Amino acid sequence: MIEVRGLQKSYQDVPVLREIGFTVQRGDFFGIIGPNGSGKSTLLKMLSGVIAVDAGEITLAGKPLGRYTRKELARVLAVLEQEGLPPVGFRVREVLEMGRFPYQNWLGEEKTDVGPLIDEIMQLLRLTPLADRTLDQLSGGEKQRVALGKALVQKPQVLLLDEPTTYLDIGYQIQLMDIVRTWQKTTQVTVVAVLHDLNLASLYCDRILMLHKGEQIGVGTPQDMLQSDRIESVYGTRPIVMEHPVHRLPQIMLQSGS
Amino acid sequence: MKKQWLLWGGAGSLVLLVSVVVSISLGAASLPLSQVWLILLHQLPGMSEWIPVTWPESSEQIVMKVRFPRVVLAILIGACLSLAGAGFQGVLRNPLADPFTMGVASGAAVGAAFLILFGLQFALLGEWSTPVVAFLTGLVSLWIVLALAKTQGKLQTETLILSGVVIQAFLGSLVSFMVSLSDQTVNEIVFWLMGSLSFRGWAFTYVLVPYLLIGMLVLLSYARSLNLFALGERQAAHLGVHVDKTKFVILLVSTLLTAAAVSIAGVIGFVGLVVPHLVRLMVGPDYRILLPMATICGGVYVLWADTLARMLLAPTEIPLGVVTAFLGAPFFAYLLKQKKQIGRR
Repeated sequence: MIEVRGLQKSYQDVPVLREIGFTVQRGDFFGIIGPNGSGKSTLLKMLSGVIAVDAGEITLAGKPLGRYTRKELARVLAVLEQEGLPPVGFRVREVLEMGRFPYQNWLGEEKTDVGPLIDEIMQLLRLTPLADRTLDQLSGGEKQRVALGKALVQKPQVLLLDEPTTYLDIGYQIQLMDIVRTWQKTTQVTVVAVLHDLNLASLYCDRILMLHKGEQIGVGTPQDMLQSDRIESVYGTRPIVMEHPVHRLPQIMLQSGS
Repeated sequence: MKKQWLLWGGAGSLVLLVSVVVSISLGAASLPLSQVWLILLHQLPGMSEWIPVTWPESSEQIVMKVRFPRVVLAILIGACLSLAGAGFQGVLRNPLADPFTMGVASGAAVGAAFLILFGLQFALLGEWSTPVVAFLTGLVSLWIVLALAKTQGKLQTETLILSGVVIQAFLGSLVSFMVSLSDQTVNEIVFWLMGSLSFRGWAFTYVLVPYLLIGMLVLLSYARSLNLFALGERQAAHLGVHVDKTKFVILLVSTLLTAAAVSIAGVIGFVGLVVPHLVRLMVGPDYRILLPMATICGGVYVLWADTLARMLLAPTEIPLGVVTAFLGAPFFAYLLKQKKQIGRR
């Protein structure tokens, strides 16, 4: 679904990404991890077409990213931002309807009635009771669900998540990630997520790309990537890695310095 | 959506119509409302046979030659400024942006004052020359304000207003300088500058109509993009909006609307600030309904401001810009205060 080859990027001659290359299969849940400043947000911005690549190529659904028009791209790829939505006066349902923008003609019309689709997504995200509330009346967790709803209404083949759980409590984190995974399993959408919580990455990702100072450390399953030696060399702290008693996936425990 | 359109559009048009008639009836020679209605209806094609002339000739002269052109001009000026304000606020995502606070109005004034000073108002392009030159100078000042406000590629709300005020002060002194250069034309520039709609006649009205129509059509076609802008530029980009192109077109059109209004009526401040904000409180943030409503309400607002301007100290006229600033500046302070509180939350 996504092919990345020989990707390079510099900001004012300072390289932030070097020789990045990986492939994401259709229907995969693909994680990107790495410490602050490792280039993971830059990589995501290039995948979403917001900033241009210096060298290398990104292919999306068999077509180079640069050959998509903005609206074409928005029909294939949706992005859930870290910051969430600003507290403006739009109602929840109106925001979800905005997700149809890439499908509308210049009069704002569409060939098919999108009412049922929006109802279904509101149901899935438990937004139905909030439909007539305005964004400035919602909590952070609710707003992030609305933002996800808007992305899902775009009916993308690829969903990019940029540290979507940063400002959320653990309950909302799991809720959000569960919703994404349910949607992914039922629609075969490809998910690429930048995550800074390694335990969440392990629980949800099929494969993980680890970045360090703009270089690709490796791509593999959570078991391959989350090993204490590797984490120590990248993050500069040595955690204890244990197997999750229920999910049989690696989970890390931090150790304090003393 | 359609229902909302009909409801608000109907209410707005009704208020506008009543305002027109009431405003026309007010003045040194007070005319009864019923007479104004009949005189106006009489002008409609095909209606003259049905409505017998029951009023003195002088009343019709006052209505059709003096008051009606002025009322229509006030509405058009208000509509242009209010629409421009809505455009600036939407694309810059800044509730304090308006043609006046962004320095665009003063920029346009410099160009217009220059033409008046050298008696070139009608050179080259006839009555179109002032709006065109005002547009160009307004555009240059907008560009300077934006360049000045940009820090590390980002536009901060407060910085933007600050640089707008700085440029506006500078351009204001430039205009004052031009005023002091010439004794002969001093009154003309000063009076025009403070904003006035008296003795303008129909010719100016005709000049304004195409600007307003084009501006409204272009902005309306970007209404949904402006809605997405409200969620953030990145969000808009991810939904398929050409962010830079949209910004460019809307800033250009808003400047054009401002320049058209300024070149005819001088600097009338705060209309683009007050009206879109009040409309937003009434109809919500959706630009598809906000833009047409801001157009209508801007017309009503300036119409009443102008009625106050000519009535309050009659027979002396208060400059229109003084009235709108008197109403608008406290409102600006209120918005500033409110925004600070939101920032603290």
